[in-house]
Amino acid sequence: MDIKIALAGNPNSGKTTMFNDLTGSNQRVGNWPGVTVEKKEGRLKGRKDVIIQDLPGIYSLSPYTLEEVVSRTYLVNEHPDAIIDIVDGTNIERNLYLTTQLIELGIPVVIALNMVDLVRKNGDVIDLNKLGQALGCEVIATSALKGEGSKQAAERAAQLGAEHKAGQMPSVFNGSVEHAIAHIEESIQGKVSDQFLRWYAIKLFERDEKVIEELGLDKSLMSHIEEHIKDCEKEMDDDAESIITNQRYAYIAKVVQSAVRKKRSGTKLSTSDKIDRIVTNRILALPIFAAIMFVIYSIAMGSFPFSIGTMGTDWANDVLFGEWVPGLFDKLLIGAGDVLRVPEWLYALIQDGIVAGVGAVLGFVPQILVLCLLLSILEDIGYMARIAFIMDRIFRRFGLSGKSFIPLLVATGCGVPGIMSTRTIEQDRDRKMTIMTTGFIPCGAKIPIIGLFAGAIFNNSPWIATSAFFIGIAAVVISGIILKKFKAFAGEPAPFVMELPPYHAPSAGNVLRATWERGWSFIKRAGTVILISSIVLWFLQGYGNVNYGVEGAAFQFGAVDDNNHSLLRYIGDGIAWIFYPLGWIGDMAWKAAVATFTGLIAKEEVVNTFGVLYNYAGEVDLMDDSSPIWAAVRGDFGPITTYSFMIFNLLCAPCFAAMGAIKREMNNSKWTLAAIGWMCGFAYVAALITYQIGGLFTGEATFGIFTVIAFILLAGVIYLMVRKNSYKEDVIRLSGKHTANV
Amino acid sequence: MKTLKDVKVGDTVTVVKLHGEGALKRRIMDMGVTRGTEVFVRKVAPLGDPIEVTVRGYELSIRKGDAQNIEVG
Repeated sequence: MDIKIALAGNPNSGKTTMFNDLTGSNQRVGNWPGVTVEKKEGRLKGRKDVIIQDLPGIYSLSPYTLEEVVSRTYLVNEHPDAIIDIVDGTNIERNLYLTTQLIELGIPVVIALNMVDLVRKNGDVIDLNKLGQALGCEVIATSALKGEGSKQAAERAAQLGAEHKAGQMPSVFNGSVEHAIAHIEESIQGKVSDQFLRWYAIKLFERDEKVIEELGLDKSLMSHIEEHIKDCEKEMDDDAESIITNQRYAYIAKVVQSAVRKKRSGTKLSTSDKIDRIVTNRILALPIFAAIMFVIYSIAMGSFPFSIGTMGTDWANDVLFGEWVPGLFDKLLIGAGDVLRVPEWLYALIQDGIVAGVGAVLGFVPQILVLCLLLSILEDIGYMARIAFIMDRIFRRFGLSGKSFIPLLVATGCGVPGIMSTRTIEQDRDRKMTIMTTGFIPCGAKIPIIGLFAGAIFNNSPWIATSAFFIGIAAVVISGIILKKFKAFAGEPAPFVMELPPYHAPSAGNVLRATWERGWSFIKRAGTVILISSIVLWFLQGYGNVNYGVEGAAFQFGAVDDNNHSLLRYIGDGIAWIFYPLGWIGDMAWKAAVATFTGLIAKEEVVNTFGVLYNYAGEVDLMDDSSPIWAAVRGDFGPITTYSFMIFNLLCAPCFAAMGAIKREMNNSKWTLAAIGWMCGFAYVAALITYQIGGLFTGEATFGIFTVIAFILLAGVIYLMVRKNSYKEDVIRLSGKHTANV
Repeated sequence: MKTLKDVKVGDTVTVVKLHGEGALKRRIMDMGVTRGTEVFVRKVAPLGDPIEVTVRGYELSIRKGDAQNIEVG
């Protein structure tokens, strides 16, 4: 039988380091079912029979945050054999608060008193025996970073788990509360497993909605329990939940007083304090933040001599997937005398479909790795929390978090790592909202679209690119303002009560591992979703009616050289009517529709498709003003039509790679569809309003039914923005409890 | 009623009562801000909100709107 050990602890307690230390490379990373919370599991090094389950970093086992609900559901339903509770020795009071809740579960607990090296350095002394006795569990001093004690703690936990020996639970609460809890225990005995009796009794005392719902006790029993609670509340003049929390902290204060001897550092500032004085200084904070962001962006996405991310991606696109991989397949597939070893269609499928399609996406891997590396470092040293602290004021107006700045900035390079970097946002609601809006920001691949039209239609005016960025930012802001008033977002209040952990040097192991995990999940996706969509599009583009345009000839299916004759053309013709209200009218309609469609592979495909559809082969530089394509495009696109097309393509569903990232981060198909649907709908409405109303002024569009619809839509958008927020956060916070839904 | 929001930077106060209920109140208490706790207001964010306080030996950031629910003396 395997022994299951859960690893629990506060955020910033060194839990990740200890998990890596204990399991080494034996890890499985995924998500907790249906939620955006990451799940990690591994086997103890040298002990194949011990499974270590890493729980999310939490401060409490309340029913209010996703991470906490996930953790307590796991602990109660899967009951692990033992718990290792990681306690940051330098921040012992708040860390022990979670401990007092964990020991109530009746599962053997071993406290790993972590960062003990720092405790010693500060000159503090902690009496492990006294601490253990007061909490009814064993305490082992550890320093995960230095590899001290972790293994010992795990071995001890495994031993206790095998023996199923939980410690004696201490009486944490005062007389009348313990009395009430004892009464509740009595009345639910037999209805819950004996092991969890105290846990359930305390939760019932707290009137924990989730537990009340789970147990479904009958009315008379509930009112009996309620009597005991009411008596207590009256006696202490406080609500039950507060009574429990207060008394936990009171108990901890007592324990700490007897077991911890602090050498008061007095007024001396720690190094971390000194750094923080500068980094979050009223005047310097924003310039420092801007400088750090600029450096990160330049290294990963910029075009400077030190931009290693860009260099890597250029190399991957031009050399690896431009020469080496196609060359390798040529060697494999082409025999002596240039004779194909495989049917021609298979060769084309492999080279033009799979290698070109998947290669285009994998080309982003170097940039993603560099970016993830830098962000992991920021996170590991504790700067991420400061970013939220500095930027919170601006972003919360749009229903986003201070940390949303990073995904949005990163997305100007590429949306995929942008969406992936939403991981660092704690609140589920903020994270989802950021994922939904990150794709609006014009990424690197959308720049050629802007360049093409700026050149062809607007005489290379720099205002076109500028306006594109403003459109992107406006879309984020408008979406935020509208979405935060919807129930799905407003329903879950997101209190911004956040710890600012002390700065510390990054751990190379943690940073590299986190980087690799993110990079690898992207590569895996390229092998599945992106592979399939590349094949499908290649097929639609390369096959069609061989007899297209030949008078009197029937439809004959086969490979076609000209995309104008492909199945894609038929699809374009078939769906072009959808875009009629957007002003995509006449001969350009199907081309625009097809280009939008191929843009789903990668946004730069929009421009490539125009190249093909206007009969200029790929070699022609489309950005070059000598290119005759500009004249052809100019013939088809009026200025307002151009804007309508540009807006739609900048804002609508992102490329497959980004959609894959959305799916991965949302980890829920309903939310994924909602995100993509929102983007498409938003793009459509914005383009329609632009064309119909803008065109009316320039004379490009004529007054008609769609003009009326455009005005109605505009009024609707304005209404959604200014309407009163019926789920105003303050109201929700003050009235009723809102538990996190898993 | 004096709340944490009104406390000047550099001052230390004691929590008298927490107002409101539900998720926010519980979260604030879970972080160690309970009746009788000493809170030192350390700084205000560059844009004027949130604030940073020291409580139970660590640094906590809290929005002014939320700090309004914390009565201090």
